[in-house]
Amino acid sequence: MSVTNEQVRHIARLARIAMSDEELERLVPELNNILDWVEQLGEVNTDGVEPLTAVIDQKLRLRDDVVNDGNIRDDILLNAPEAQHGFFTVPKVIE
Amino acid sequence: MTELTAKTIAELREGFRSGEFSAREVAEAYNDAVASARALNAYTVETPEDALAAADAADKARGSGEFGSLAGIPLGIKDLFATRGVASTAGSRILTGFKPPYESTVTANLRKAGAGMLGKLNMDEFAMGSSNETSAYGPVLSPWRRQGSNVGLTPGGSSGGSSAAVAANIAAGATGTDTGGSIRQPAAFTGISGIKPTYGRCSRWGVVAFASSLDQAGPMAKSVRDCAILLEAMAGFDPKDSTSLDLPVPPWEANLSSDLRGKRVGIPKEYRIDGVPGDINALWDRGIDWLKDAGATPVEISLPHTKYALPTYYIIAPAEASSNLARYDGVRYGLRDTPEGGNLDAMYSATRADGFGEEVKRRIMIGTYVLSAGFYDAYFTKAQKVRALIKEDFRKAFEQCDIILTPTAPSAAFGIGETTDPLAMYLNDVFAVPASLAGLPAMSVPGGLDEQGLPLGLHLIGNELDEQTVLNAGLAIEERAGFTAKPDKWW
Repeated sequence: MSVTNEQVRHIARLARIAMSDEELERLVPELNNILDWVEQLGEVNTDGVEPLTAVIDQKLRLRDDVVNDGNIRDDILLNAPEAQHGFFTVPKVIE
Repeated sequence: MTELTAKTIAELREGFRSGEFSAREVAEAYNDAVASARALNAYTVETPEDALAAADAADKARGSGEFGSLAGIPLGIKDLFATRGVASTAGSRILTGFKPPYESTVTANLRKAGAGMLGKLNMDEFAMGSSNETSAYGPVLSPWRRQGSNVGLTPGGSSGGSSAAVAANIAAGATGTDTGGSIRQPAAFTGISGIKPTYGRCSRWGVVAFASSLDQAGPMAKSVRDCAILLEAMAGFDPKDSTSLDLPVPPWEANLSSDLRGKRVGIPKEYRIDGVPGDINALWDRGIDWLKDAGATPVEISLPHTKYALPTYYIIAPAEASSNLARYDGVRYGLRDTPEGGNLDAMYSATRADGFGEEVKRRIMIGTYVLSAGFYDAYFTKAQKVRALIKEDFRKAFEQCDIILTPTAPSAAFGIGETTDPLAMYLNDVFAVPASLAGLPAMSVPGGLDEQGLPLGLHLIGNELDEQTVLNAGLAIEERAGFTAKPDKWW
């Protein structure tokens, strides 16, 4: 499988990365090189193999359903590029 | 007296305890060394006051006898670890100015043990790279140079600031992180030791996420013993990391022994690959002899899926990265770029275009593609199946052996700018990646110099949770290799 210019544009859109036409054109062969190379996994017979989910066998723990933090609004907003009235602010989303 | 900054952590600990010198003297010596080594570009932030405060606390506690295992030891911290109030940027422009209001579990553990922080160490952006060239702060220069050459060499990556700092004696030890070789390859390139423990030993909480099923923190230091000391302090169960192992931390240092009688050393035939310099294969053979000399018996083993490890990794790691890095959206922290009149979506896209470097974008793009509708099974599920087979290869191998010995990297350090093809760069982790995919503990120890006078590393892979045999075999090699070479100071 190889990717086209249009597909790469679509992936960039899904990944929310703005890209110029030149950048896209440069990326197409780079991505195709890498994708061609990973294609070799097709040689491996994986019939009946369960995909790995945990690299070291362990059960996911459940914690008690209790509030264990909170009241740290100012800490959370400390690094916000823009915050107002105790909230993160973003460009207007509702017209 | 040996210069303070040339001492190992074990020696510093001894000198501090016996009163030969104060922790403050150690911290001051290191702060001076850090300030005079800026040509290496190893630190992104220097925190001399932090190192001094920890030293003063250690000196005050010395009389009482109640101090931690790392009292007054000044460490460098890879910039991937969140450190409270100190810029933590993962080598990325997108985290410009980010000062976490919290501390990572690993660095909190080190502080609890009494360690001080000299500063934050440069690294490949989001730990994606093998040469430190993808950092937004520019590449770190290795303190090592080829004989008779002034060409700037890479200290490896992604923990390149860490490896350069330890090799140049501007940190007594350093934290690193390893997703696909990022502790071991830089350790090998700079003639130091570094261990990636079993996945889950060190908490990932507060470590900027790259590929969560692979990311593990570990120490980088001047000796195997120092690695054991640091790892004991860093490791431990943490309820804040869902994959943290709920197991006691073994006394790795106390149990160090280079007596390998009864141990079988697996030599995987698939690791004899074309294009590896003769020096590296020769060192591998010497490594086998050293372990034999320590009492171990070599056995040939087979890890049949070895050649598929790198392509598997380059599906899984970018896939996880593309998910993890979705959080950098210009809303909550770091950079924000809003085009004139742009909406929310335009803000996301412009911020990420501006904030991420080329390699990070490349990996996000690959990851997004292999996870996208219609391709998920062909790429991601397939890779997770092959990963299961790689894990099974190791499980079978450890029925026949107790430890595996290979070279750490297929080359010595290369020059900055010499490797421009992304695929060629990825191949540098060919020996390191399989152990990462299998979650196994693995270590690089220096073995010797190549014909250009550059360090080469030997790589030990242990069974799950068996860091002890890894460290012990590392110690056996260290004792026999007699690696004492240091780079000539040019910086």
